[in-house]
Amino acid sequence: MRFTKDHEWVELAGDTATIGITVYAAEQLGDVVFVELPAAGKAVKPGDALAVVESVKAASDVFAPIGGEVTAANDALSGAPQTVNEAPEAAGWFVKLKVADAAEVDALMDRAAYDAFLKTL
Amino acid sequence: MSDEALKSTPLTAAHRELGGRMVAFAGYSMPVQYPRGILKEHLWTREKAGAFDVSHMGPAFLELTARSGDREADHRAVAALAEARVCGDIAGLAPGQLRYTLLLNADGGIADDLMIGRPLSPGRQGMLYIVVNAATKDADFAALASAAGDRARLIRADDRALIALQGPAAADVLFDVLPRAADLRFMTFDRIEYQGHALIVSRSGYTGEDGFEILVPAMIAARFWKRLLADDRVAPIGLGARDSLRLEAGLPLYGHDLDETVSPIEANLAFAVSRRRRREGGFPGAARLARELAKGTARVRVGLKVLDGAPAREGAVITDETGSTVGAVTSGGFSPCLGAPIAMGFVPPPLSAPGTRLNVVVRGRLQAADVTALPFVPHRYRRAVRA
Repeated sequence: MRFTKDHEWVELAGDTATIGITVYAAEQLGDVVFVELPAAGKAVKPGDALAVVESVKAASDVFAPIGGEVTAANDALSGAPQTVNEAPEAAGWFVKLKVADAAEVDALMDRAAYDAFLKTL
Repeated sequence: MSDEALKSTPLTAAHRELGGRMVAFAGYSMPVQYPRGILKEHLWTREKAGAFDVSHMGPAFLELTARSGDREADHRAVAALAEARVCGDIAGLAPGQLRYTLLLNADGGIADDLMIGRPLSPGRQGMLYIVVNAATKDADFAALASAAGDRARLIRADDRALIALQGPAAADVLFDVLPRAADLRFMTFDRIEYQGHALIVSRSGYTGEDGFEILVPAMIAARFWKRLLADDRVAPIGLGARDSLRLEAGLPLYGHDLDETVSPIEANLAFAVSRRRRREGGFPGAARLARELAKGTARVRVGLKVLDGAPAREGAVITDETGSTVGAVTSGGFSPCLGAPIAMGFVPPPLSAPGTRLNVVVRGRLQAADVTALPFVPHRYRRAVRA
């Protein structure tokens, strides 16, 4: 699993990356009440708006950490958005992407680097 | 604004001990939530009792400089000074009664919403207890002081702590601490002693629940707060849940649902203007109020229940069924009790009947929303003493 400074995680299997938000991000957001996800087929570049996650208090954008084409969105979140709080780095995943350039994933932080980054916040 | 520039309240250290997440609000460092989180804090308040630090608000007293000793005359005299700026019936308050009222500007727009009370004690007539909003308090106090001139002085009490205790268990909790509070019914207040210190306790609040707001001297504020939290029915509740609770209760928030352009009639707060004040006028904007009562307004505040999709937040456009813009959301979010997004906003009166189908626009998408009678969640005020 790789991580971004925006607190997203990316897990690559073959040429498909699963993307979600980290435990830290979920704690900061508080209770998630709604997640807006892209439709399959949408092409994104790194930094493009990918999803919107809403807590009781506010809406927050989630940006694509890497480029690719959306192959699946986690539809289970529409009926159970609290999954993002309960299991942010597992069942609370947001989207799967067909990765354009696997090197973009390698360039992200590993767990140790991300943990070190969190300590600086 | 840096953290250093933010004001603290007598309870700031207590919030940090409780793990409160502190944010800047109206120039104060205030807890937006505690570790339990907004959703659980909200539901806790609806089921048990929540304790809120609202010390950022503006409590004050308006006191006649020279009293005649005639209690009724003294009350009428101080009430007349307040009535020069607010549209509510202050002269008609009974001893110990508290009233929600509106401070108006010359154009009849709302400069603030506030509480004004008449003390119960015969020895304190000729004085009013006033609580205004945090962001507007300096301007409000200046307006009231200038209306009073040399006939009354405005005494700020915002160096004290103001604690709200709200929820179905609030009364039982508070009666254990302050037995005399059992004499209070909704929208009354009194001065009650606690360990030799005078508190001002009102049965009021802004969550839709039964509850109290308690003005506490700073030196015993933390002790009193901890005494409330020692009861296992009580949890500390942050400003995040305070906002979602008042939204469910259909209560407008100044600076969002109400501002200097909105009139009491547009805000659907006509109840705050008594018959006598309508007849007699004598407050800023009285002409606009009379005109709007006779001829109506172009917009009115309504509740909206979003039927499907994301919460519609402040600023979201409201359209009619054809997609034409008809208004905007002034506050909106997710209702923990209803499990759905709710909002308040302004629409033309022909579209304001409950059941009218409209749309809210969220990130470019139209989402169906129905006009809904306010409050979204029924109020549970206690209008009679003890049941």
